[in-house]
Amino acid sequence: MPFMNYIAQWKSVAKEALDRSAIIAKFLCYLHFTGNYLCSPTHAYGPSMLPTLNIAGDVVLVEHVSPRIGKVGHGDLVLVKSPLNPNRNLTKRVVAMEGDTVTYFDPLNSEDSRIAVVPKGHVWIQGDNVYASRDSRHFGPVPYGLIRGKVFFRVWPPSSFGRLDN
Amino acid sequence: MMGTRNLVWNVTKKLATIGLITFTVSDRYATVVPVRGASMSPTFNPKTNSFTDDYVFVEKLCLDKFKFSHGDIVIFSSPSNFKETHIKRIIALPGEWFVNRHNQDVLKVPEGHCWVEGDNAASSTDSKSYGPVPLGLVRGRVTHVVWPPQRIGAVKNTTPERLPSS
Repeated sequence: MPFMNYIAQWKSVAKEALDRSAIIAKFLCYLHFTGNYLCSPTHAYGPSMLPTLNIAGDVVLVEHVSPRIGKVGHGDLVLVKSPLNPNRNLTKRVVAMEGDTVTYFDPLNSEDSRIAVVPKGHVWIQGDNVYASRDSRHFGPVPYGLIRGKVFFRVWPPSSFGRLDN
Repeated sequence: MMGTRNLVWNVTKKLATIGLITFTVSDRYATVVPVRGASMSPTFNPKTNSFTDDYVFVEKLCLDKFKFSHGDIVIFSSPSNFKETHIKRIIALPGEWFVNRHNQDVLKVPEGHCWVEGDNAASSTDSKSYGPVPLGLVRGRVTHVVWPPQRIGAVKNTTPERLPSS
């Protein structure tokens, strides 16, 4: 029966295709999970984090575990969703946590320093380069929920490969 | 002996795969969450003290572009406590001027933020108390009620009744 043969052949082809796509789908799920819950690389550029991170752009590793369990604290480098544009990410340093009083000064706008209190559930983030950074001094404290991850390792450039300390 | 070990290993593998797929789908595409509390009554949980909370279907594709419209119901992590998720209705979109119907103030929503309020103004903690919410905190848009069975249906993106002063 050539007809039956034909059907059987088709069946095996379809099964193979299904298996292959299942493997790809599983792989994509795996990527999503690692990238969102464990660790992912990101490219940080711009002058705001000089001298910690280079202006030309460093590739750093971000871990996503500590923000979820609430273990982000003073001095940590964090990847934050910009409060002004949810599609952009910022790399800044946590300067103060909820309830703290921060004294900050913004050399571009005024000479004297100002004082702010960080409200509940918020953090105060600032760039290391106070002269060229848009951060909490402009848009105020950011909700903790916007923190995507903690930057902990530099991969590129190779000359400064290694852990980033607070 | 070999047989049981193999079986355990296979079951673990299956469970891990299912977990991965669940995480990916609920993060990227859609998920179902229960609604707690009466802040969105009568749209959700119309009866107080009911044991059957509403379960709602939340789509996540809106998080690619963060494009919302007036009256959309969104879930977002609370600006004052990142572990809590709130469900509220969007009243004003980024960059808009609007009249706060509680004290008749005219406010401008900052870029990248939205103004959210519960349908039940009497028992709702929302933008009235914590101000505009960054879009980066939004975790999805509610489209349907899926449980209990007698309340299954699509959610309208208009407020049930707009009281002039409440």
